[in-house]
Amino acid sequence: MNDILGRIFSAGTFQQMLRSATPVALAAIGGSMTEHAGIMNIGMDGMILMGAFFAVLGSFLFQSAMAGLALTLGVGLIVGLFFALLVVKFKSDEFIIGCALNTFALGLTGYLSDSVFGASGAKGNPSLLVVRLPFLRKIPFIGTVLNGQSILVWVTVVLMVIMWVFVYKTPHGFWLRASGEKPETLRTAGISPERMKWIASILCGLFCALAGAYLSLGQLSGTFSKGMSNSRGYIAFACVIFAAAHPGKAYLAALMFGFFDAIGMRLQAYVSSELTQMIPYIITILMMIYVVVRQNNRRRAPRKLQGMAKS
Amino acid sequence: MSEPVVEFRHISMQFPGVLANDDISLTVNKGEVFALVGENGAGKSTLMNLLYGIYTPTGGEIYIRGRRVERYNPKYAIDQGVGMVHQHFMLVPSFTAAQNIVMRKEPKKLGLFYDNAEAIRQTRALVEEYGLEVDPTEKVADLSVGLQQRVEILKALYRGADILILDEPTAVLTPQETDELFAVLRRIVAEKQMTVILITHKLGEVMAISDRVGVMRKGRLVNVKNTSEVDQRQIASMMVGRPVLYEALEKTGTPGELRIEVAHLRCLDERGLPAVRDLSLSVRSGEVLGIAAVEGNGQSELIEAIAGMQHIESGSVKICGKDVTNRSPAEIRAAGLAHVPEDRLATGLSAEASVGENLLTGRQREKRFRKAFDFLDRSSVARYAGELYERFDIRGAGVDAAAGDMSGGNMQKVVIAREFNFDTPVLIIAQPTRGVDVGAIEFIHSRIIEKRNAGCAILLCSADLDEVFRLSDRIVTIYEGRVTGEFVTDQVTREEVGYYMTGAREVAQ
Ligand SMILES: Nc1ncnc2c1ncn2[C@@H]1O[C@H](COP(=O)(O)OP(=O)(O)OP(=O)(O)O)[C@@H](O)[C@H]1O
Ligand SMILES: [Mg+2]
Repeated sequence: MNDILGRIFSAGTFQQMLRSATPVALAAIGGSMTEHAGIMNIGMDGMILMGAFFAVLGSFLFQSAMAGLALTLGVGLIVGLFFALLVVKFKSDEFIIGCALNTFALGLTGYLSDSVFGASGAKGNPSLLVVRLPFLRKIPFIGTVLNGQSILVWVTVVLMVIMWVFVYKTPHGFWLRASGEKPETLRTAGISPERMKWIASILCGLFCALAGAYLSLGQLSGTFSKGMSNSRGYIAFACVIFAAAHPGKAYLAALMFGFFDAIGMRLQAYVSSELTQMIPYIITILMMIYVVVRQNNRRRAPRKLQGMAKS
Repeated sequence: MSEPVVEFRHISMQFPGVLANDDISLTVNKGEVFALVGENGAGKSTLMNLLYGIYTPTGGEIYIRGRRVERYNPKYAIDQGVGMVHQHFMLVPSFTAAQNIVMRKEPKKLGLFYDNAEAIRQTRALVEEYGLEVDPTEKVADLSVGLQQRVEILKALYRGADILILDEPTAVLTPQETDELFAVLRRIVAEKQMTVILITHKLGEVMAISDRVGVMRKGRLVNVKNTSEVDQRQIASMMVGRPVLYEALEKTGTPGELRIEVAHLRCLDERGLPAVRDLSLSVRSGEVLGIAAVEGNGQSELIEAIAGMQHIESGSVKICGKDVTNRSPAEIRAAGLAHVPEDRLATGLSAEASVGENLLTGRQREKRFRKAFDFLDRSSVARYAGELYERFDIRGAGVDAAAGDMSGGNMQKVVIAREFNFDTPVLIIAQPTRGVDVGAIEFIHSRIIEKRNAGCAILLCSADLDEVFRLSDRIVTIYEGRVTGEFVTDQVTREEVGYYMTGAREVAQ
């Protein structure tokens, strides 16, 4: 028994936790932006999938991971712009657009992958830099956890802090939050709430592109397989709701997901993998139950709902 | 003295289906308080929204200090020194007072980060300068409406406004808060030579504070007078186009059985502090019980608890003999209650839905609005809504327009029409005439008394003491969540009730 626990809570588990958490965290940070701007963005899964594909494509075409990153960020920007065009400018239903985006991404990347890489998919393209720091190796447990992670794992932490500061400590972050909570306030202050929503959508597109790039270029060497986002966009969305769109808390929620995902992988040695693969989704459901209970406790007067109303 | 600061020249504003402003020419002078009055939907808010740049007029021009307004957007207006306190507040509830006040011109550290200390300092300086006491660090959601309004005024002043538009600022204020507001307005006009444009339905206030008064009717400016040359009665008849008589309301019948029984009720407010403490009251059929209380003394929580929108910690509520403690609003309504909530925008209406849909709410399940396969029968819904629309004299772009686009007073009429038409044995009415014009007040008051005479048990809560006195058979005063006194209306004076409302006196229970 001790042996099992030892394997489960080993440094390897925590290493895997960071790996599983990072793409979810990146998307959740981006999703926090749209959530603050009052846009319910369930299209993140599609955004991640496109991010993963175009990262590999760039890496394959130019034989450089950085080029892949640049290409996918460019595509992420366009996807974000497109999303904003439909949702903010033409005021289409964000739920429908999100669904459509997910389906579209699945089809597009599947088709392009087949035509560019053939049936066997993309493999062995240049992948992103892995950070190995000599001084870290000397620290026993932590060293193993942190060393050998993709550069994007580190970048994610930095971006999380930046976005946290942006949302809660800068005037533009205030306007972003106001654009979701009470857009008329901005309009009467001479600021366009639509502009803030555009910015949020674009940021979300960029973050999801990064999340995708991590999936395809961060862990395995430059690989893309169809549908490889594997519902991470939805889990990221759950993290956003769980964290009330706070980038820091969303990161923690993603870590929690990563932790259970990693444990699930370890447990595969002992129980059937069908069961262990359910773990992240069970965690997601538990997170949602927590959110509902929290809301119910807070709800003394229905007046509170006012603040949650959409524009 | 009469140096013009704002000139409207032949201004027209056409909304889809409504000509809200029709060829209006008006000059407002520096350093005056100009009152703008008119019926609900007359176009007062629209005219001021044009000055503030929210809409672009479809005809005519506006001049500010002799310069033609080139672009109609709030940014331009703010830069020209125009500030506006809207009828429905424009504040972000989760932000602090200071954050709201400095919005758009936030003080910054390192050119990038919000400087909280500086924002608080500047807010405090404004508070000092204008005597508008507000705690800059408090969240707006936790502030009373009176304080929220101060935040709005401070916001306009922070942006450097010297033309201040106030759209029905006193509709949500207690008499004391109104006095304080007027003292501030007088001071800024006298000391800072600011110009104030005030929209109000309370003609007493027009007389008390304004230098001149403009009267609007159906989109037109029908009259502009020096306030000293007219009286309230004259203004009222200019507004409505006919004499308004405050006829004595005829009350008939005698109270019957108990319909609302509240016993030893305790509730908490949003912050979890006691709001209602061991409160008991009862209302019989055929009587109006008026609640006289200063805002924030638990009367809102009491009403919401009875209507099922607030958790009851202990005690009980009975409607028509049935215990409905902590039941859902739907169950309580089924027990025989209709409810006009105090906040029409948040709880009374769905702003996105059409007027007709709002009027129908609560009746969708009725057979007469259904057709084959349980579909809603559009034509009978339209007929029903149209009939209510007529009967309650609602004015706007018709039953298909979005409720949120209506004028404030007309939104209120929609809620009243819907709730009164349920014909329930019990009615709870909070702030029935908030933001409603004199003509419509007369109308709503007579509907309330009609209900009473027909045997309805009515619990009325209003910040307007005159209204409480006019309509109630009995009055209870509530202070800090407890009943401090209970009176028969004819046997008590306003002053006395005032003492009990402020907790200066109390009847041992
Ligand atoms: N955004 C809008 N879209 C369409 N119609 C509008 C809009 N805003 C106002 N209206 C219409 O214009 C008319 C004038 O409305 P306005 O709000 O100016 O009235 P008001 O004089 O301020 O009334 P109240 O005293 O009730 O506030 C109303 O009939 C209203 O329905
Ligand atoms: Mg108005």
